[in-house]
Amino acid sequence: MTIASTTELICFLVLSVTLVAGSLGVVLLPNIVYSAFLLGGVFLSVAGLYLLLNASFVAAAQVLVYVGAVNVLILFAIMLVNKKETLAAIPGLLLRRVLSGAVCAGLFALLLRVSFTTDWALPGPTPVGEEATIRIGEHLFSDYLLPFELASVLLLMAMIGAIVLARRDVFSTDVITGEPVDQGLIEKVRTPLLLEKPALEKTP
Amino acid sequence: MTFALVLPGFNNGIPLQAYLALAAVLFCTGVWGLINSRNAVRVLMSIELMLNAVNLNLMAFSNYLDGQLIRGQVFAIFVITVAAAEAAVGLAILLSLYRNRETVDMERFNLLRW
Repeated sequence: MTIASTTELICFLVLSVTLVAGSLGVVLLPNIVYSAFLLGGVFLSVAGLYLLLNASFVAAAQVLVYVGAVNVLILFAIMLVNKKETLAAIPGLLLRRVLSGAVCAGLFALLLRVSFTTDWALPGPTPVGEEATIRIGEHLFSDYLLPFELASVLLLMAMIGAIVLARRDVFSTDVITGEPVDQGLIEKVRTPLLLEKPALEKTP
Repeated sequence: MTFALVLPGFNNGIPLQAYLALAAVLFCTGVWGLINSRNAVRVLMSIELMLNAVNLNLMAFSNYLDGQLIRGQVFAIFVITVAAAEAAVGLAILLSLYRNRETVDMERFNLLRW
C-alpha cells in the first residue's frame, strides 16, 4: 500500500494506542463482557496494522476469523457460563500479581533489548505490495501444500472434538428406535462429577 | 505548505523495531493476563492476545526482511487457523469444565495440584 509517510505514521500511532489500551483493558477490566468487546477492538487494530504492513489478505482473514468467529465464540462462551459468583479471596494474591508483573516486565525488557540491539538485514527486498495475495496462493499450492492440507484435517478434528466435548445428551429415548435409553450411559447434566456426592455415600 | 509529522527514529517511515516493540507489549500483557486471570474465559482471551503478538511479529518480519517471498504471511495464516481451532476446543473444554465444577474460577480447578 502506498500512502504518504505522515499518514502512515498517524495511522500507526492511533492503531498502537488502541492496541495497547485495548489489551490492557482485556486483561484488567473486572467485567468480562467489556473485556470481550475490547478484544474485538484489539483484533481490529491488529488487522489495521496488517494493512500498514502490505498484507491485505491476512488483514481480511484476521477480521473474518478473529472478529467474526473467535470473538463471537468467546461472547457465546461468556453467555453460557454467565454466573455471578463472588470469588473467594486468596492469600498472597497481590504478591503474586506483583511478582508476575515483574517477570513480565523483565521479559518485555529482554524482548526490547533483542529487537533494538540486533543488526537486522535492513533494508530488505522491496515488498511486493498488492501482489501479496497472489504470492500467498502460490505458496499455499506449491511449497506449503502439505501444511495447508494438514490444516484442513486439524480444523475437522477441532470441529468434531468441540462437538464431542460440549454436547449434552438429554434424550430419554433413542431418537431412531424410540426405545428408552440406558440412563447410566448418559452424562448426568446437573450432578457435578468431582464434587461431593451425598447420594452415593449412604452405605446400608 | 504540507503538514509533516516526523518523530525521532521515524525518518524513513515506521521502523521494524516499532512493530517489534508493539508486539512485545501485546505479548507481555497476554502473559500477565494468562497468569493472573481468575476467570477461565479471560485466560483464553489472553492466549489470543499472545497469538496476535506472534502474528504481528511474523508480519513485520515478512514485510521488512522478506518482501519478495512473503513466507511470514503464510505462517501467519497457519497461526490464525490453529488459533481458531484452539479457541473452539478451548471453549468446549471450558463448557464441560463449567458443567462439572459449576464455576469458572481458575483457583478451583485444582484437582491436579499437589
